[in-house]
Amino acid sequence: MNNPISVKQLNLYVKSLLETDTRLNSITVTGELSNFKNHYASGHWYFTLKDNDASVRCVMFKGYTPKVTFSPEDGNKVVVKGYVSLYERDGQYQFYASELSLFGQGDISFQVKALAEKLRKEGLFDPSSKRPVAKFPKRIAVITSSAGAAVRDICATLEKRLPSCEVILCPVTVQGEGAAESMVKTLDRVYGLQGVDTVIIGRGGGSAEDLGAFNDERLARKIYESPFPVISAVGHEIDFSICDYVADKRAATPTEAAVIATGDKGEYKAYTEGIKSRLNNALQAVLRGYEYRLLSADVKKISRNAVNLIDRKLQTIDYIHRDMLNSVSRILNRGERDFDNLLTKLDSLSPLETLKRGYAVVSRQGGVVASADQVSPGDRIEVRLKDGKLNCEVKSNERF
Amino acid sequence: MKDFDFENSLKELEQTVSALEKGDMPLDESIKAFEKGIALSKECSKYLENAKQKIISLSEAEDGENND
Repeated sequence: MNNPISVKQLNLYVKSLLETDTRLNSITVTGELSNFKNHYASGHWYFTLKDNDASVRCVMFKGYTPKVTFSPEDGNKVVVKGYVSLYERDGQYQFYASELSLFGQGDISFQVKALAEKLRKEGLFDPSSKRPVAKFPKRIAVITSSAGAAVRDICATLEKRLPSCEVILCPVTVQGEGAAESMVKTLDRVYGLQGVDTVIIGRGGGSAEDLGAFNDERLARKIYESPFPVISAVGHEIDFSICDYVADKRAATPTEAAVIATGDKGEYKAYTEGIKSRLNNALQAVLRGYEYRLLSADVKKISRNAVNLIDRKLQTIDYIHRDMLNSVSRILNRGERDFDNLLTKLDSLSPLETLKRGYAVVSRQGGVVASADQVSPGDRIEVRLKDGKLNCEVKSNERF
Repeated sequence: MKDFDFENSLKELEQTVSALEKGDMPLDESIKAFEKGIALSKECSKYLENAKQKIISLSEAEDGENND
């Protein structure tokens, strides 16, 4: 019991040990939130993080709390990042939190977020670095666990859509210890292969915490190096993994990855069948087009002829009409002239004119006597002269 | 079968159909294009009918192409 030290010295010493430990300097812990208190005066948050049979006191100073994106409540499963130190007054070690987030529930832990941010800044997620997936792959490398549904789903889908495509199976460990290393090593081997069109990397469904390997920085960088387009199928609809961000394409499921890998033609069998009917339709359309042109050409010709015909008939009618008018007026004119002549003639033939020249008209009881035989001696006759008449009796009739 | 280039045949078939669909091709060319298209689509279908999925594991692929 030589050289005893004070309690304060002890606490300070332990504190210095804790604070100089590199692991405890920055560490992420997950657990359940309890005894959460938002200290109204200081604005610091005090809480306990616990498991089934362990707990640790935590504090989050006011300066860090605005960055927390949810309202902490007792019972929340959370992930906390911070450092460990000692609270001298109580001689109790404490967790000094700088980041706090909900576990799972679509929220990538902030470690992953930080890594994502770092890689984004480096340009690993740039849309411009994304390559299009081969439309007609001949070889696809599939990097996933040899057990599980993912590999079966991918092979079945590829077989159905594009049976001519060769599949290179690359079995890896997708979760737990050494998973990221296993995938990085396998990717290196795949990159050494010839004629690979597309790489599918992923796994079937699983809980969010199993995604760990797919959030590995080395894996992300290895995927970015890929000489072939990479489709990531980490099999979690809600959570994105870093692998998803860095890959050229992201699929929600392994089946979808196989669909994306086989281009936009859908099932090639159905597609080629479809193209056959398109071919038929196109020819039909061409034929219909010609049929139409043929028909409309004839109709045009016919109608042009018809119009001509009608025009010509109309013209004829016009001519006839004109001719008719001409004839009528000619006839009328002639009639007028003839009438004049006739009148003149009539005038010259008038018996009055003759009587003027000294002739007489003999008549009996209204009838003209033109022959000596018509009268007998004793008959009474009337002799008409130019200016009057004589009542006479026939004495004798002598023939010439 | 090995020599048949499905991708190029399919591309050619698509081009043929598109050209035909435009509808400004003379009749005799249209019919030639149609016959060519039918022949191509038959070959493509045949190719798919006969295609069998080939699955190889990474170690085999390595033996064949990469000796590290």
